[in-house]
Amino acid sequence: MSIFVKFTIDGQICLAEEGKQLIEAAKENNIYIPTLCNFSGIPPKGSCRICTVLINGKPATACTTKVSENMDIKTSTEELENFRKAVIELLFIEGNHFCPSCEKSGNCELQALAYRYKIMAPQFPYLFPKRSIEAWHPKLIKDHNRCILCKRCIRGIKNEQGKSIFAYGKRGENLEINIDKETSKNISDELAQKCMDICPVGAILVKEKGFTVPIGKRKYDYNPIGSDIEKK
Amino acid sequence: MAKKIVIEPVTRVEGHGKVTIQIDDNNNIIQSRLHIVEFRGFERFVLGRPYWEAPVLVQRLCGICPVSHHLAAAKAMDVIVGAGTGEGLTPVAEKMRRLMHYGQIFQSHSLHFFHLASPDLLFGYDALPEKRNVINIAIENKDLAVQAVLMRKFGQEVIARTAGKKIHGTGAIPGGINKNLSIKERDELLKGPNPFNADMMITWAKAAIDFFKSYYKKNKDFIDNFSKFPSNHLSLVRKDGALDLYHGVLRAVDENGKKILNDVDYQDYLEYIREEVRSWSYMKFPYLKQLGPDKGWYRVGPLARLNTVDFIPTPLAQKEFEEYKSITGKISNICLHTHWARLIETLHAAEMIRDLLNDPDLQSENLITKGTKAKRGIGLIEAPRGTLFHDYEINDNDQIIKCNLIVSTTNNNQPMNESVNFIAKSLINGKSNISESMLNAIEVGIRAYDPCLSCATHAFGEMPLEITLIDSKGNIIDKKSK
Repeated sequence: MSIFVKFTIDGQICLAEEGKQLIEAAKENNIYIPTLCNFSGIPPKGSCRICTVLINGKPATACTTKVSENMDIKTSTEELENFRKAVIELLFIEGNHFCPSCEKSGNCELQALAYRYKIMAPQFPYLFPKRSIEAWHPKLIKDHNRCILCKRCIRGIKNEQGKSIFAYGKRGENLEINIDKETSKNISDELAQKCMDICPVGAILVKEKGFTVPIGKRKYDYNPIGSDIEKK
Repeated sequence: MAKKIVIEPVTRVEGHGKVTIQIDDNNNIIQSRLHIVEFRGFERFVLGRPYWEAPVLVQRLCGICPVSHHLAAAKAMDVIVGAGTGEGLTPVAEKMRRLMHYGQIFQSHSLHFFHLASPDLLFGYDALPEKRNVINIAIENKDLAVQAVLMRKFGQEVIARTAGKKIHGTGAIPGGINKNLSIKERDELLKGPNPFNADMMITWAKAAIDFFKSYYKKNKDFIDNFSKFPSNHLSLVRKDGALDLYHGVLRAVDENGKKILNDVDYQDYLEYIREEVRSWSYMKFPYLKQLGPDKGWYRVGPLARLNTVDFIPTPLAQKEFEEYKSITGKISNICLHTHWARLIETLHAAEMIRDLLNDPDLQSENLITKGTKAKRGIGLIEAPRGTLFHDYEINDNDQIIKCNLIVSTTNNNQPMNESVNFIAKSLINGKSNISESMLNAIEVGIRAYDPCLSCATHAFGEMPLEITLIDSKGNIIDKKSK
């Protein structure tokens, strides 16, 4: 039998199953905690830090923390919001994110967060790194310009043998996520689409299918990211 | 002491250019040139990108006529995905694109005539600069100003409903489109409350032609003699010789109207067109290969189109075309007739929009066609300012490896220089005092082409107008700015 615990988020009394990911527990209580690296159904990583909240006054990532009795959680203090905004801005300046020509525009979680946080222009200088496009795969393109290294694809995409089809390559500031030649052989169209869908940005594209969803019908055209959770 | 006059930048055009006029000791023109001083290089940074991004990426060349670039690139990508060279799309796909394009023609032509060109016509090119602008149009001709704004808005709304948004949409994709037109969207344009509907746009477009004809009657000498020089003319025409701004074959005629390029397939454009580079401008100089750079340059745009086509396939515009031809003869080489031709095209675009909106094909669901893939695709379209060429090559990985764009304004490079030279010689030669109105007259000549210098070279920057007089040793004699 499940044991439910009581906790508060921004003063609101909440209930959730003991041991549940805090980010999921908040969602069940109609509270949105922003994230980029977390994805329902795959193990949390805590790499983007956007879901950082204060738990009993101490910062911690909501995706890797399990909820427990009497937790006092703050998700949106001024300091936290500024921190979150800075992380989003850093992701923009660290890569080459040109929304106007990106087919993920309107469905991109990074772009949607920037809109939610009203980021008109980053406060940090752009780095404009020189990055490549991995286009050898027959069904997929991996655009390193847009990759935020959240590792969702590595964690969430497995082939029929249960092996990851994405893997880290290179080191340090050159770190990138590549498509594995062996494990990605003969992937189905459905799995290729899943690869694109799991990516929060436009770093993984299915070949020859771009821009098929018209403006107005894209996920975040009218509904800000998180509004689906908050409206419930 | 020889002098040099510089007009920089040229105003009321899209983008930045400058004019230099060199004058000898007797105030005779030695040389006059239109320099295009912008540079961006879309042909370069599209390289490496997946081919299906091109229609969305390359349209960022321009905020005035992005639809033209969007559709020219999409037409090129149609060839790459095996959807044919302009005639293989499903009816809904082709008609949605046409509707988008005619919306674009309508808004761009309206913008140019009312906002950019009409101050010169209403107030005269020699009126004071503080008078000769769109603000004074609004003050003195309120109804005309409101009409101008709403005409542009209507065209933009057509684009929004076909491309997804008014500027830089995503409607055209390789092999087709990503949406059809809902009944609600159709009725908003077709049956909107007055004046915001297709029928009223036709009425207003017709009124704009009447306005020009009335002006022409009173100012025939000025219009006919302001700038005229013989040239070739080039455009797409429908296979039966009709005006078709979306698709057709390439036709060129000479200064007398004789065909010199006889309805050829534009997939072979490099067999017929070449581009020359000159050291003093970032904009290339295209010419017909068979005639060479000296004799093969040509005009594009409304004036050229009404010179190449045999007829216009909508009744009201055809009637106006016949009247226009009865005055200009078989062919017009007169620069300011371009305004007249542009307004006839505006009426044609309004009629096309109404007819397309009434077509039930626009509500069909079969949006995309694909076939045998090709490595190279060429897309041409008649943009508001003239023939637009997009040429792409891709590799085995679907990445663009080569891109060549010949933008409408680039095609008009030599004609604009000819106009500058003609006007400078007729107005400035031998005059010891160079007035502001003389310099504006040169801009009037350039403006007739509605040049989009941003498209042609693709740049940004500040917009001060600076006129500098420089002697032969490079000393600044006088400097004025506004």
